[in-house]
Amino acid sequence: MGQGFFLLFATGAVVTALTVVLARNPVHSALALMACFLQISAIFVLLEAPLLAVVQIFVYVGAIMVLFLFVIMMIDVREAVLQRFVPGRNLPALTLLFLLGIEMLALLLWSGRFSAVAPSAQHGGDQVRQLSTTLFADYLLPFEVASIILLAALVGAIVLARKETR
Amino acid sequence: MVPLWWYLSLAVVLFGIGSAGVLLRRNILVVLMSLELMLNSVNINFIAFGRYYDDFRGQIFAIFVIAITAAEVAVALGILVALVRNKPTLKIDDVTTMKG
Repeated sequence: MGQGFFLLFATGAVVTALTVVLARNPVHSALALMACFLQISAIFVLLEAPLLAVVQIFVYVGAIMVLFLFVIMMIDVREAVLQRFVPGRNLPALTLLFLLGIEMLALLLWSGRFSAVAPSAQHGGDQVRQLSTTLFADYLLPFEVASIILLAALVGAIVLARKETR
Repeated sequence: MVPLWWYLSLAVVLFGIGSAGVLLRRNILVVLMSLELMLNSVNINFIAFGRYYDDFRGQIFAIFVIAITAAEVAVALGILVALVRNKPTLKIDDVTTMKG
């Protein structure tokens, strides 16, 4: 049953990701990206990380995509709709992408290290408690640093987007 | 149960699609969205490894990746708004001021 759900959500994620890259209108790209994030959060649920699934929906779908849509509303996107891809020869980029994909898939499929089928022991219902204990005890300093980075980004974004008055 | 390499292959495919968007698309907004896609595929890898090797650090790193991504998007969109105010274009091959 898990395999069927995984295939369903993975197919949805890949199709919506392709829509993000191929859509002509940036608004369609943003909506497809939102759908893709929802599929990925469903995959997090399959991986028994419900906290991360909820954080994914809150942060990505709730905050980041709303930010994108606001910026799309602020900026006139109609003139950028006409041509989707960078003009000129895309051959080097395509070759690089092809080689990268082939390399990653070959390493993944030929190595026997990633063929672990059964995950280790099932966790109880207090998974979130263990996770937060680890986060706030062992990783307290990175947590505080992340909050400082968020504060700096907030101030920086406000300063950047403000109109210069002099 | 789903084998581990299924999740890793999904992350590889999503990363490839995202990097194709970053390298080939012309609209700056879509390039930023493809960047989000790449970061999210890395998160799938973190959580899958954390699940299959019974380690919480995968989820903790995924939380940090999400936090840094939120900061990155805020700064990137601020820069984009400032850029469009000075030079009204969204095409990535028109922004070549720093090319020398």
